[in-house]
Amino acid sequence: MPDLTDLTVHAAAGLLAKREVSSRELTQAALDRIAAVDDRVKAFVTVTGERALAQADAADKRLAAGERGPLLGVPVALKDVLSTAGVPTTCSSRMLEHFVPPYDATVVRRLAEAGAVSVGKTNMDEFAMGSSTENSAFFTTRNPWDLERVPGGSSGGSAAAVAAREATYALGSDTGGSIRQPAALCGVVGMKPTYGRVSRYGLVAFASSLDQIGPFTRDVRDCATVLNAISGHDPGDATSAPVDTPDFAAGIDAGARGLRVGVPREYMPPTLDAGVRRCIEDALRAFEAQGATVDLDLTLPSTEAALAVYYIIAPSEASANLARYDGVKYGFSWQRGESMWENMEETRGRGFGAEVKRRIMIGTYALSSGYYDAYYLKAQKVRTVIRREFDAAFERCDVIVSPVTPTPAFKIGEKADDPYAMYLNDVFTLPVNIAGLPGISVPAGFVDGLPVGLQIIGKPFDEATVLRAARAFEQTADWHMRAPALTA
Amino acid sequence: MKLERDAVLHIARLARIALSDEEIETFGAQLSEIIGHFDTLNAVDTEGVEPTAHTLPLRNVMVDDVSRPSLPQDEVLALAPLAEDGYLRVRAVLE
Repeated sequence: MPDLTDLTVHAAAGLLAKREVSSRELTQAALDRIAAVDDRVKAFVTVTGERALAQADAADKRLAAGERGPLLGVPVALKDVLSTAGVPTTCSSRMLEHFVPPYDATVVRRLAEAGAVSVGKTNMDEFAMGSSTENSAFFTTRNPWDLERVPGGSSGGSAAAVAAREATYALGSDTGGSIRQPAALCGVVGMKPTYGRVSRYGLVAFASSLDQIGPFTRDVRDCATVLNAISGHDPGDATSAPVDTPDFAAGIDAGARGLRVGVPREYMPPTLDAGVRRCIEDALRAFEAQGATVDLDLTLPSTEAALAVYYIIAPSEASANLARYDGVKYGFSWQRGESMWENMEETRGRGFGAEVKRRIMIGTYALSSGYYDAYYLKAQKVRTVIRREFDAAFERCDVIVSPVTPTPAFKIGEKADDPYAMYLNDVFTLPVNIAGLPGISVPAGFVDGLPVGLQIIGKPFDEATVLRAARAFEQTADWHMRAPALTA
Repeated sequence: MKLERDAVLHIARLARIALSDEEIETFGAQLSEIIGHFDTLNAVDTEGVEPTAHTLPLRNVMVDDVSRPSLPQDEVLALAPLAEDGYLRVRAVLE
């Protein structure tokens, strides 16, 4: 019998289908693994052991009755930004530390219907704002490959949980790279689907025109399988796209022959870490060896401006979305003030951490009278320019390939006091959110024992080609099969 | 551009966030640096370019006007820090 915590989703489903293993055994193995390593990794804010075993028993009953499904009975971890009825949903914030949602997010409901077993809720940067989980109000998650380093963020808990074998797969959310960046830094597969592909209903809102939910998995096939389960139009989210969901797993083994791979010059800057560059160049050679063509002369001229666009639009939307935390309806509430306004200001001053306050203030400033045209409106116009540049690039190629991050995982504390240095982590990922495109991070090698991710970006709603390219690349090496030793 | 103390306090007031003296100082410096980088936008020619609010080709998504059950009032009010007689309770807005 293989190590149950090391299985892919499809391998686990295969064993469950043959009744060689029960969901209870798989779930207990995940819970045992959490008990063994999570005091070091710190991926979870809440572990729902009893609920998980009850869900596992329910899944075993469905399996005994002859039902089969790709996720039925398989353990999953959920980023603590996804609403779970009856289970605390904190967003790693003091503001929601004791908040228990009265309803499930659509993706949580879809997974439950598919028979998924949720082992717990994972740590994140507060309200998904950050690139390291250091902005969690509770604790910092550790990178399973080096416990002194960050796992990335904001979905760092979900990435670390999958890398540390504490769950077979996980869900996260990605507003500027928050799935792809931690996936890269933890050496797992992570995908941000096209904006509108997955319902945001029940996802605690950060920046509504950029947020998208997606999977963390051990390999690309699993990614396609999970994407199948969570995708689809939902009347509960007016921005979920009324498009059909193809079977994303169907064409992933078609290979890379004839695939046109483009590399934007701006995504391979001279400042790129030499080890990361080597991994990306090796990946490009692997694509060519598989019969793909590689165009190194693509250009996305407004890449540098994308950072400014993001840090205007995302905080602006956040400042509006987070206005709801007023200490009146739910969540943390300061009651000792002299007036309603004082209570509200103290609730927000004490309930939010530094990065959340910074971003709300940036957004408030960008939207305020006298600055709206210069910042917010200008950023929205540059957003149009960035989209057109991607459109033009996709005239010449089928997928765009790049590094996910400029460097491998950095040390905890290294960038904590320099917000702008932290923002530069997302320079290759956030243009993808600005343009609403699908993007994936796949393991592409190691630098000094730390994982490196390859980003593959596709046309809107063309996740199928992204997954096919990612699968073709994945099979040229065994990077995705490696597991951290966790011996420290 | 450096945000002065008064400007930081004005933004904090618009955002309804109470700040300590130390935060006013730190945020003033950090926000000034971040906002300074916004000037990179000026390098992009946006003459005649329409703004993008979101990336989907959707306009005015309508739903049928059908009544459906909402969340139970007692469940929702149980989340509130202060509630009374089916209402949320706050301190007097006007004294």
